Amino acid sequence: MTNPALPLIASRLVISAITLLIVSVAVFFATTMLPGDTATILLGQAATPEAVAGLRKAMHLDEPAVLRFLYWAGGLLSGDLGTSYANDMPIADLIAGRFVSSMKLAGITALVSVPLALTLGITAAMLKGSLYDRAVTVLTIGIISVPEFMIATSAVLFFAVYLQWLPAISFANETVTWSDVLRVYAMPVLTLTFGVASQMIRMTRAAVVETLNTPYAEMALLKGASRGRVVLRHALPNAVGPIVNAIALSLSNLVGGVIIVETIFNYPGIAKLMVDAVATRDLPLIQSCAMVFCVGYLILITAADVIAILANPRLR
Amino acid sequence: MTTIETPAAKSRKPAYRTNLVGLVGMAIIAFWAIIALIAPWIIPYPVGEIVDLDYFGPISQQFWIGSDYLGRDMLSRILMGARYTVGISLVAVSISCFCGVVLGMIAAVSGGWLDTLLSRFLDAMNSIPSKLFGLVVVAAVGSSIPVLVLTLAIIYIPGAFRFARALAVNINTMDFITVARTRGEGTLYLITSEILPNIIGPVLADLGLRFVFIVLLLSGLSFLGLGVQPPYADWGALVRENIGGLPFGAPAVIFPSIAIATLTVSVNLLIDNLPQKIRDRSE
Repeated sequence: MTNPALPLIASRLVISAITLLIVSVAVFFATTMLPGDTATILLGQAATPEAVAGLRKAMHLDEPAVLRFLYWAGGLLSGDLGTSYANDMPIADLIAGRFVSSMKLAGITALVSVPLALTLGITAAMLKGSLYDRAVTVLTIGIISVPEFMIATSAVLFFAVYLQWLPAISFANETVTWSDVLRVYAMPVLTLTFGVASQMIRMTRAAVVETLNTPYAEMALLKGASRGRVVLRHALPNAVGPIVNAIALSLSNLVGGVIIVETIFNYPGIAKLMVDAVATRDLPLIQSCAMVFCVGYLILITAADVIAILANPRLR
Repeated sequence: MTTIETPAAKSRKPAYRTNLVGLVGMAIIAFWAIIALIAPWIIPYPVGEIVDLDYFGPISQQFWIGSDYLGRDMLSRILMGARYTVGISLVAVSISCFCGVVLGMIAAVSGGWLDTLLSRFLDAMNSIPSKLFGLVVVAAVGSSIPVLVLTLAIIYIPGAFRFARALAVNINTMDFITVARTRGEGTLYLITSEILPNIIGPVLADLGLRFVFIVLLLSGLSFLGLGVQPPYADWGALVRENIGGLPFGAPAVIFPSIAIATLTVSVNLLIDNLPQKIRDRSE
């Protein structure tokens, strides 16, 4: 027997694959539109025309853009990301370590923010209309409407300047003891958690409130079940799909968040690598970092959609 | 006793009455808009001139909110910064909402392959994280104000498109559209005279939210040094310039942040408290 959700999921995956193709074309051509000839830039002003021509040939620069795109995309698929212009190292090596650091940061943030957001979101929905609910709402709107760098600078002001608990700038190089780890990760994670969690809280609250408006929730209430029981036993199981969807969507915002946070706190992750690459105009490195981010983002939003399909009981 | 709020029980507010919080939001927005317009005539000191002997000077009678990392007057710089932050964001949001809404209405009215093509393509664009898109474009073509405006506008077209299309699809099935079609009206007439007037309220509310996103993204890019370039500075760039004052809590780094927050929070306040009649369909 075939599951009716399968074709939907399959078509969603196909759409993601097509999206990935469009995104990679966009990334490739955006970065190759650069004015100036790459070979001349690399070799400098003093290079002989022969040397430039040789390098152009070696880098396939003399071939049409479509062919170059195919070379590049083929390289990506086989794990060959090319060589960095700036320091002549294989990009795969440059990215690998940074990627692990960024994933650590994102992972810790997820571990902190998901339970926090679920607790606050669900309790706010349970006590809808109360002072607590309104406080949570105001706080989350406030956080969503300020830029990430402001949360980061406020965190520095409060914890490093005012309380003097933590150093203003953290380096992840020397993490030996647990207190070091805590000191290094505290502020970046705090900043990211604020942004990610406030969105998650809003969406979780909305999902639970929506299920509370359904006839069966009202029925349970009329039957005499307490507000807490209605939320936990009746509404929550049916809100799991939207909530997991909200988690995946909110976590996709980490992609933008880490760019700011890694720069401010000088955290050696992949976003910092990319911002530095933009400063030195190291195109292959920018392309690869951009693709890593896009793939991560795409995986999260596709996961969110697939979960939404799976959570729909009518399709089960 | 506990109660459950059902849609039917929701009280209907009289049309077009904004509450106090909304009015406060509106007043702050108007304040910044006026500042952006008249900034060059009210700044106490020339923006680029070093007027204080002290850098990161404190709040004083002479310099109302201190001086920056070179000893320039912060008040003047923030007032002028309003021009860039508000101006760039406003132009960008107008372009993106205009393009998005027009394309969205066309897609909804025409349907068929055009709708599919536009929806698929813009969905794909939506799968590029916005900050990343900004980074790549700035890396490719460099940062100037026209580039910034266009980049910001392009990033938010898919969102505006999706929103307008969803609204327009609902209107498109109504009888008066069928009547107009039978009369032989063209697409242009349909979108301008039949659909637009029916979705304009929610579309404007959405424009406000998108304005907030654009202000945040622009500030973020400027903060990374990829937005407005010196000698000009928007609020994000002002925070970046003066970030060195952060360890000792200099007013030069705090006030530009406060300026951004007042603008974005007040737009949110206004939108959340818009009269029911406008908000009705925007949910």
